[in-house]
Amino acid sequence: MNKRLSMLNRRITFSLILSLLPTSVWAAWQMNMNRGVTDNSVAIYDLHMIVFYICVVISVIVFGLMFWSIFHHRKSKGAVAHQFYESTSIEIIWTLVPIVILVAIAVPATSTLLDTYDHSESDIDIQVTGYQWKWRYKYIGEDIDFFSVLTTPDEEIHNKKEKNPNYLLEVDKPLVVPINKKIRFLFTSNDVIHAWWVPDLALKKDAIPGFINESSTKINTPGIYRGQCAELCGKNHGFMPIVVKAVTETEYIAWLATQKVEKAKMASASKKTWALAELITKGEQVYNKNCMACHLDTGMGIPPVFPALKDSSIVKGSLEAHLDIVLNGKSGTAMSAFGSQLSATEIAAVVTYERNAWGNNMGDFIQPADVENLMGAAK
Amino acid sequence: MTHSATVANHEHGPAKGLSRWLFTTNHKDIGTMYLVFSLCMLFIGGAMAFVIRAELFQPGLQLIEPDFFNQMITMHGLIMVFGAVMPAFVGLANWMIPLMIGAPDMALPRLNNLSFWILPFAFLMMLSTLFMDGGGPNFGWTFYAPLSTTYAPPSVTFFIFTVHMMGLSSIMGAINVVVTILNMRAPGMTLMKMPMFCWTWLITAFLLIAVMPVLGGVVTMMLMDVHFGTSFFDAGGGGDPVLFQHVFWFFGHPEVYIMILPSFGVVSEVLPTFARKRLFGYTSMVYAIVAIAVLSFVVWAHHMFTVGMPLAGELFFMYTTMLIAVPTGVKIFNWVSTMFKSSMTFETPMLFALAFVILFTVGGLSGIMLALAPVDFVYHDTYFVVAHFHYVLVPGAIFGIFAAVYYWLPKWCGRMYDESIAKLHFWLSFIGLNITFFPMHFVGLAGMPRRIPDYSLQFADFNMIISMGAFLFGMSQLVFVYNLFKTLRSGEKSAHRPWEGAHGLEWTVETPAPYHTFATPPKVD
Repeated sequence: MNKRLSMLNRRITFSLILSLLPTSVWAAWQMNMNRGVTDNSVAIYDLHMIVFYICVVISVIVFGLMFWSIFHHRKSKGAVAHQFYESTSIEIIWTLVPIVILVAIAVPATSTLLDTYDHSESDIDIQVTGYQWKWRYKYIGEDIDFFSVLTTPDEEIHNKKEKNPNYLLEVDKPLVVPINKKIRFLFTSNDVIHAWWVPDLALKKDAIPGFINESSTKINTPGIYRGQCAELCGKNHGFMPIVVKAVTETEYIAWLATQKVEKAKMASASKKTWALAELITKGEQVYNKNCMACHLDTGMGIPPVFPALKDSSIVKGSLEAHLDIVLNGKSGTAMSAFGSQLSATEIAAVVTYERNAWGNNMGDFIQPADVENLMGAAK
Repeated sequence: MTHSATVANHEHGPAKGLSRWLFTTNHKDIGTMYLVFSLCMLFIGGAMAFVIRAELFQPGLQLIEPDFFNQMITMHGLIMVFGAVMPAFVGLANWMIPLMIGAPDMALPRLNNLSFWILPFAFLMMLSTLFMDGGGPNFGWTFYAPLSTTYAPPSVTFFIFTVHMMGLSSIMGAINVVVTILNMRAPGMTLMKMPMFCWTWLITAFLLIAVMPVLGGVVTMMLMDVHFGTSFFDAGGGGDPVLFQHVFWFFGHPEVYIMILPSFGVVSEVLPTFARKRLFGYTSMVYAIVAIAVLSFVVWAHHMFTVGMPLAGELFFMYTTMLIAVPTGVKIFNWVSTMFKSSMTFETPMLFALAFVILFTVGGLSGIMLALAPVDFVYHDTYFVVAHFHYVLVPGAIFGIFAAVYYWLPKWCGRMYDESIAKLHFWLSFIGLNITFFPMHFVGLAGMPRRIPDYSLQFADFNMIISMGAFLFGMSQLVFVYNLFKTLRSGEKSAHRPWEGAHGLEWTVETPAPYHTFATPPKVD
């Protein structure tokens, strides 16, 4: 009995310790910057280390002198204060010496900056657009254009399921780029300011609505590189990761081909006639990916900034008005125009879903082909 | 050398009851109110830091939703900057500047009363936004447009009004300091004989007068964009979101020196006292402060290296920022030289001042790293930046304030604080602070962005350590409050000049400092 109790006791203690330190399993004590996988990132890393060592030397000298004084020039050891309190020459010396050190740092810093700012002659141009809270990648001249959205399930975020190793750093469609090619990124935003950041590329640039920023990179090693949005952009700022998949050139060409096939498949989907149940199933997926962040999975929203869709006068009103707000957004609010973000099929599906979910039960639905006509007419 | 004139004035004591505090024009009463207000704000802002660190204790969302997290980081920043640090310095200025320059009071006593009494209402209004529909400000203390305009919760209007009120209060306080220092110094006290604390505050006051209107301007532009259909920060109407950042940081960078210069002054008072040796290089210290203040106006865009500036802009702001290291270095070298071949003792004010010199230097060195534009592309908006500015603001501004309070508390209340409890407060704070903020350098370099409510798994271990350090640091401030009450209730009576090495006019008045001092000016040779 006693033994059992102590076993139980030990088990409770053990699980308590475990629950306190569940993270030890994932232990990763990275303390320094990544060297990265581009020439520029390596140059930046080297610069970082040079300055770091200079700072260490300065602090050893300053703190050394300070602690030496603290230990030896204390009253309890009978130290008597020497009354010297100015010296112009020493002031000049410790003004000039730091200037020399700073110039020595400024030289490599300037040359690295010049390299970073060289955006000439790119092989591939990709437009990166920040949205609340996802990224859109448009390969200029390739007719490839897609969104990249976080795929970490809600159960993991709310601790109902064990977190996978790429927790919060995983997306449905990564940005695929070839190695050894100069890639030029053009950054902009659809709503607020975001910042596209991949540590391994040492590349961070703000995506600003109404303006275009450029940056370029040339990746040396194939691999998957993960990053995050770096500029506070609203409530799901922490949930819009970036995944870059760097592949060889042949793999890249093959990937381009599959993208074109997919695109053709999507186009034919809008031609067929959909059943209500089919549209609702598809609509729920679209909703979870694009609308749930603000309007929530319950359709309750977070009023007054993000209105509820359940029992909403728009969702339960005329189909045209409902479609209009989804296609064109509402200016002056966070509701963006999804006409430029989703396909006709996706819009038909999500509108149908919203009209029939959460007890809205409107029973009506719209076909992708009709949405396509509407979108075409608007253009 | 107790001043005889002070004794004659005893019958003009404070009024009784609440009206003493509401209508007072006495610099000591107003100073006390500022300091008490700032302590309350420190705990409110600290409680918000507790919420933030509790949520970040483990990966995953446990306690609060992301939108509330954003409100917490915003309010934590605003309250600590405008509610805790700045009023504490104005409180110290009110108490000490007249005593240090031999003036009977501040030059503009009614203005003084008004500039304090604006503050509690401003902060009550700001805190009330947390209970409004749509929540309080959730766009970070830097409130970048258009997140703070088009995409802001409706309470943003209250936030704008609060900023106006705080700005008004700061400007009035600053004008008062400038007028007092320039006009009311005792005969014989030339500017270059003035205590360093007064010098730092004079420069700070000029910075405040220069940049608070800029802050007022930028929030007014926000107000116009939100309510009156203008497009200052909206590209759709011909504006530019980056304009916001330029205007904001033109205020924001001098603002960080506003929060550190008075601490420089405190340390320059405390170090010589406990080293029993005059401050080394007084003249160059004054020039260094002026240089820092002037440079602070031409470095603002180093907060915006990733915004897409032209190359020439990046280079200009990189070089000017690096240049700030020179006068800052001069100050640190002078402090170290003051300690060299001195006769030091280590009472609590000295411990805080020494910790200030060490930890502020750490923050300054990471500042040099951040100044380098190409490397800043990696550091920018990560926890490395969070570590940097907490190293300059917590051991910088806050430790400077603690050093000042322990140093002058005996003069204020006539009683000596409990030295061993004060040392406990210091050591717990020192250890807690370093556990909290040092690992932030590591997670930042490893790639953790700031202002996220949840993070990927590789940052989990350090974040747990950071949170534990933060809880320790926060709780240890209760030791300070306990010591404060203990001192006021039952502290030993203090001598007129409790510190052996202390010089300056403030130690020549009685202890506790009478309600009116220096009715006839002292003579300074």
